[in-house]
Amino acid sequence: MRNAPYGFLLPPAVLFVLFFALPIGYAVWLSFRKVRVSGLGLGSGARTEVWAGLQNYTEALTGGELLHGALRVLGYGCIVVPVMLGLALLFALMLDTEKVRLASFTRLTIFLPYAVPGVVAALLWGFLYLPDVSPFSYLLGELHLPWPDLLDGGPLYLALSNIAVWGGTGFNMIVIYTALRAVPAEVYEAAKLDGCSPLQIALRIKIPMVAPSLVLTFFFSIIATLQVFNEPTTLKPLTNSVSTTWSPLMKVYQDAFGRGDIHAAAAEAVLVALATLVLSFGFLRAANRRSRQEGAR
Amino acid sequence: MPNTKRVRLVATSVAVALGAGALAGCGSSGGDSGTDSGPVSLTYWSWAPGMDKVVDLWNEGPGKKERITVTVKKQASGDTLVTKILTAHKAKKAPDLVQAEYQALPTLVSNDALADISKDVGDAKGRFAEGVWQQTTLGTDAVYAVPQDIGPMMFYYRADLFEKYGLEVPTTWDEFAQTARDLKKKDPDKALTTFSANDSGLFAGLAQQAGARWWTTSGDRWKVAVDDAATRKVATFWGGLVKEGAIDNQPMYTPAWNKALNTGKQIAWVSAVWAPGTLTTAAPDTQGKWAMAPLPQWSASENVTGSWGGSSTAVTTDSRHKAAAAKFAAWLNTDGTALNALAKESGIYPASTSAQLSGAFLNPPEYFANQADFYTRAAEIAKTTAPSAWGPNVNVAYTSFKDAFGAAAKNRSDFVAALNTVQEDTVADMEKQGFEVVR
Repeated sequence: MRNAPYGFLLPPAVLFVLFFALPIGYAVWLSFRKVRVSGLGLGSGARTEVWAGLQNYTEALTGGELLHGALRVLGYGCIVVPVMLGLALLFALMLDTEKVRLASFTRLTIFLPYAVPGVVAALLWGFLYLPDVSPFSYLLGELHLPWPDLLDGGPLYLALSNIAVWGGTGFNMIVIYTALRAVPAEVYEAAKLDGCSPLQIALRIKIPMVAPSLVLTFFFSIIATLQVFNEPTTLKPLTNSVSTTWSPLMKVYQDAFGRGDIHAAAAEAVLVALATLVLSFGFLRAANRRSRQEGAR
Repeated sequence: MPNTKRVRLVATSVAVALGAGALAGCGSSGGDSGTDSGPVSLTYWSWAPGMDKVVDLWNEGPGKKERITVTVKKQASGDTLVTKILTAHKAKKAPDLVQAEYQALPTLVSNDALADISKDVGDAKGRFAEGVWQQTTLGTDAVYAVPQDIGPMMFYYRADLFEKYGLEVPTTWDEFAQTARDLKKKDPDKALTTFSANDSGLFAGLAQQAGARWWTTSGDRWKVAVDDAATRKVATFWGGLVKEGAIDNQPMYTPAWNKALNTGKQIAWVSAVWAPGTLTTAAPDTQGKWAMAPLPQWSASENVTGSWGGSSTAVTTDSRHKAAAAKFAAWLNTDGTALNALAKESGIYPASTSAQLSGAFLNPPEYFANQADFYTRAAEIAKTTAPSAWGPNVNVAYTSFKDAFGAAAKNRSDFVAALNTVQEDTVADMEKQGFEVVR
């Protein structure tokens, strides 16, 4: 009987090893290997898999393209995360006020874009961005106003961010809104008795009360940003401005399935995962430290 | 937040990030087992639409007699299929037969994925133009595939608009440039065509026409010459037209491009024999207004074209029934009934020279009903296809091309610099893999 807990532990442990630890371990192992070709590389035995040490990693880090991709994604994230979370918080607070009408309908409307698959959303917006087929471009043209090239240079970042904000705001709003609904009514009552205006309640009571959800949504957003792939990949055929290695994950994909070099791709995937880990843990630690300090005060 | 949840979140993100790497380990099992005597069943990976119907003809006809059954598994086309074949091959589970583009053959052979079927394809060689057949031998005595379809390049133009603007059909590239400029002068809103970097095959075909030979071997070493004189000439030519604004610089195959063709904003397209199919969907309103002519030449005395697209049927080294598979591959691409069905069901333009003027190709495509001799001319043009020279990392060169020329077209900057990037990327990749390369 003493061994019973281990028996219960066994199924999840086996599943964890089979579907999680092993694939990760395999990817890490692949990242330290490479294919060596001899001579013309034709015929059997021309290719052998050999130990590469850190070569794949140094090439990924010094190659430039991965880091450029990371910088592009950083620029994109600097627009997406604040705008998306700001809007989500604003909508959630507005929906939580007493005077709101059509609350459930509005909530559903704001949430709906989240239900649209990312690829479809990117295609939809892509069509709206292309001057020759966009109805907005047509309307501007009728008014003799110029249509900015949204798929080039700086505006490209706005165009991509817009897709993410459109699709992600609803989800984050629901998370924050749910947290708001969980705040006990007595707290508001006490605040009102103390003479707080609705705005003061929002700023001084509601936002601090939902801070954990804000941390959570921020955390999700960072991960989603680092892994952006669908939107730029879908927009790529529409413009010359998005390269095949625009974001780090696109580079991983391109190396694995375009160039057929799974070893380089594995090394890059490990790097992306590490960066995600460091960034998200760093953020969580910072957030935790702050809340602890505030708790001590 | 509780600690366990945090760990799970991070774990999920790691799993997602590693997904791409781990995915490469998955292979789909395609190989059918069976003994050498008795009925044989083969698996065939192909992206051609309607291929299952063509294969049914085999299974009910010659295949039934020989007791060889073929099953088609529909695949995505192009580079993704190459990667999929290579991954399956790593697990020794590649299907018996695969469809492969000509430029992918060296990559597949270099990974030891394709079997030499020279002994099993009989007299197939005589059915194809020499330049086409040579692509399946890689210049050796081996035969790695049987040609299926080809894409000789041609010049397509809006006959009605050429007449309206008083333009002559260009026979040389100089005339082509002049035509583009003349049109811009007469109507600045229109463009003769666009330079698109999103399909590297187009540029490769144009370079091939100019006499480029990107990959060659000397002894045990590869010579890579993506930036040879012929290709530089082509890059300078198109870069010049883009820079001076004589032609557009936006990519093909976008909704905007479709609209430009459909409304006559772009009035010509350098394409290949399969263009009627693309135009039917891209520019449905202009059916009957287009005409086809040979590709413009670099000098008036020449008569060559390049090829854009085309594929072959190959037998893998993992197949347990290579002879049977080769027999099917030969039948599929040389038998009259099979080729007719291929033309009808899959819409391909056959590599087999005798099929180019029979059956489905007696009448012009519906979109070109006004040009009765469409396929007669196409067959003549196909004969002038320049030889091609593919290497073991065409995929790398093609990707590099898309990014470098995409950026150069966007910025209207130096195309030769972009070409140097492609050359450098290609050579660097080969050296990294360990190929012996002379520059």
